[in-house]
Amino acid sequence: MPTYSLTVNKRKMEVDVAEDTPLLWVLRDHLDLVGTKFGCGIAQCGACTVHLDGNPIRSCSVPVSAIGDKKVITIEGLSKDGKHPVQIAWEEIDVPQCGYCQAGQMMSAAALLKKKPNPTDADIDAAMGGNLCRCASYLRIRKAIHTAAKIQNS
Amino acid sequence: MNNKLNRRNFLKISALTGGGLVIGLPALNSCTNPKEAREAATSWTDVNAFLKIANNGEVTIKSPNPEIGQGVKTSMPMVVAEELDIPWEMVTVVQAPLDLENYKNQWAGGSQSIKRSWNVLRMAGATARFALISAAANMWSVPVSELVTEDGKVLHKASNQSAHYGELLEAAASVEAPEEVKLKDPKDFKLIGTDVKNVEMANILTGKPLFGLDYKVDGMLYARVIHPPAFGATLASVDDAAAKAMSGIAHVVKFGEKVAVVGKSSWEVIKAANALKVTWNNPPKPESTEGHVAEMRRLLGKKGEVRRKDGNPERAFRQADKVIEASYEAPFLPHNTLEPMNFFAHVTENSAKLVGPTQTPERAMRTAMSITGLKEDQVTVEMTRMGGGFGRRLYADFVTDAVEISHQLKLPIKVIYTREDDMTAGTYRPAFQYKFRAALDKDGQLTAYHQRGVSVNGGHVTRDLNIPSGAVGNVLLDSHVIKSEITTGAWRSPTHNFLGFAEQSFIDEVAHAAGKDPLQFRLDMLENAKNNPVGEVKYDPERCIGVLKLAAEKAAYGKAPAGVFQGVALYFSHSTYVAQVAELVMEEDKPKIKRIVTAVDCGIVVNPTGAINQVQGSILDGIGHTFFGALSFKGGKPEQNNFNQYRLIRIPEVPNVEVHFVKNTLDPTGLGEPALNPAPAAVGNALFAATGERWRVTPLGADKKPGVVELEGRVG
Repeated sequence: MPTYSLTVNKRKMEVDVAEDTPLLWVLRDHLDLVGTKFGCGIAQCGACTVHLDGNPIRSCSVPVSAIGDKKVITIEGLSKDGKHPVQIAWEEIDVPQCGYCQAGQMMSAAALLKKKPNPTDADIDAAMGGNLCRCASYLRIRKAIHTAAKIQNS
Repeated sequence: MNNKLNRRNFLKISALTGGGLVIGLPALNSCTNPKEAREAATSWTDVNAFLKIANNGEVTIKSPNPEIGQGVKTSMPMVVAEELDIPWEMVTVVQAPLDLENYKNQWAGGSQSIKRSWNVLRMAGATARFALISAAANMWSVPVSELVTEDGKVLHKASNQSAHYGELLEAAASVEAPEEVKLKDPKDFKLIGTDVKNVEMANILTGKPLFGLDYKVDGMLYARVIHPPAFGATLASVDDAAAKAMSGIAHVVKFGEKVAVVGKSSWEVIKAANALKVTWNNPPKPESTEGHVAEMRRLLGKKGEVRRKDGNPERAFRQADKVIEASYEAPFLPHNTLEPMNFFAHVTENSAKLVGPTQTPERAMRTAMSITGLKEDQVTVEMTRMGGGFGRRLYADFVTDAVEISHQLKLPIKVIYTREDDMTAGTYRPAFQYKFRAALDKDGQLTAYHQRGVSVNGGHVTRDLNIPSGAVGNVLLDSHVIKSEITTGAWRSPTHNFLGFAEQSFIDEVAHAAGKDPLQFRLDMLENAKNNPVGEVKYDPERCIGVLKLAAEKAAYGKAPAGVFQGVALYFSHSTYVAQVAELVMEEDKPKIKRIVTAVDCGIVVNPTGAINQVQGSILDGIGHTFFGALSFKGGKPEQNNFNQYRLIRIPEVPNVEVHFVKNTLDPTGLGEPALNPAPAAVGNALFAATGERWRVTPLGADKKPGVVELEGRVG
């Protein structure tokens, strides 16, 4: 079994797993970072969204062998203290119902806000269309992204 | 509502328990509200089954019911805290495990949690408060009547004495807590009716382990179960050589018609299960959607089992000036909880520990008992937070998987389903159809109403207490049931989730045929039900009228600007009244939903922010499934198995949803489901207003030219 050296949430970590193991399962089963969720396994629901060198990716569909020295940030590393603007906004708007998809939603939203500090509704549609919320908390997700933009820019 | 409490539930406060707070799974089950600086708790006293108090005055409230996203882990403890008069900041909420001795109705279904436990929760807080006040009265030698509670303290204002609850525990130990005490007047509520955010917020936002899929223990193995690909198929043989040779694979286990691969990690068992070579015996009668639809249509032409009959409907139809007739059709739906089915079991010779996402922990326990032969007191069940329920986790098939495997191997086992496993081994919303007839007299009055239902494995799908029954002199409801190998079950607001669309669309058809405004037509019917009720009437016509008028007022019904088309619908279920006005516009001949204005009467709203979230979510759930949802079958096999083939509503398609609650002080009723039911009809009726076409088959447009109706996005 090959050994992979990964940089996750700014820490070096090593795992011995098969090369086709998706990053998602490395995070969840081998690194005990279970905040990243499994929903579909085919990059259709966004529950497994993490940042790879700052870009949002679906970790269920990226094998560990493709990570190399790129930096992985998961929900556990989105902020040191749980106070990233999207986390503050998510709390302020009371977004979650079941909460299962929200880590993926927040990772997509954080990546959007980095690229577009003042996203329009159309920007949100484009950036967040890949993240399913089965509870359909979408109205609050949209509102929270606008709120997070204000927090980030203030 | 029964106010009587089982005395066993309310133990006399006995003695201070030493040591700290004991909770089974701190990481999974605890959640702490921000606390003001105060000395750390060093001892806790169990006051009753629902709460314990620390020597520093903090309170832990045990939330009995499963949390599936409906918000009961926040709202149920709020009710206890209200009567205890403890500030929310001093409350920590924990999930109670299955405890048949101390809790009743420890399940999540039918939007019943708050409704059934309302008085029990209140009494739990109020009796504890009574004991603390009595203790203070004894301590200070003052009458109870001179004491008040405020901010977690008992106060005697005349003598300027006060003590926080923790300081009264020892004195309270000698107080007999009565079964019933006076409850607050709802007008004095301080916490109920205020916005309290999800108690699990911090843990959700930082990715803490909360859900069943997150649960692990040392030595645990993962298992993926392969089930028959077609409903009705059986297991013939398994060649597991290739799977067993793969890395990380420890066992291959057979039980029933299933085969499980057991190994060290999720990915290894997912892969190895694909390498199993399983031979199946094909189902003797492979079922298909084509066959189901044809059989349902055939049965709609035949008399079914009579479910309600008022007056003489046959004669009324013969004498009618005009008869309106229409049929409505719905497909199977998978639940698609975003967290796929999973469950943990550790069976030993004399115990079974079950942990996971279940809406029915008692059923999980009984399932384990029947498989293992263990006794009730040898089985424990802990509920994790659930990544959605929608009815799917009322069933125990995934519990059976985990228990069967662990029973054979005597190892801690975590069963995980892939999305494909989950979508193709469901307990689906059954497929069903309705045929309606309405008789109008020459003045456009509704004189007779006939509803015939038929389902595939869905039981009788007429609802004899639904509107317009009770408002019409002559009513006939009859139905058929088709048996099937396809497993079906409760799907958010069972039967109502499509009956709401069918009935409230048909009522709209009748109103138009009678030349009346659809809102006024409904209000007139409800006046009939109020003034001249026919047969049994369970809905309160006044409350129906109340929500209709509120929705109409908030949506400025009838005053929409040119180009904006409105549709109205009303539904009563789960003891809750919901009316909606949908507005849409046509852009390039395609409808876009502008907004849904909703009025809800569910009595007292415990937690408005959570309640609005439920109402908005259920409406969007209903609309999404009405436009997109369908699971079809061929050769007994589901034809869709993941989200690349099965469409769910996404953020670009979501219209605004405005929520208005009727303000009253009636006991609260259900809210996890009822707002779903009228939404599809409100939209369908607005579509009729816009297009002149009637939409009777879901997913919408399935019976029309492709592209005729597309839900493409919001307006504004």
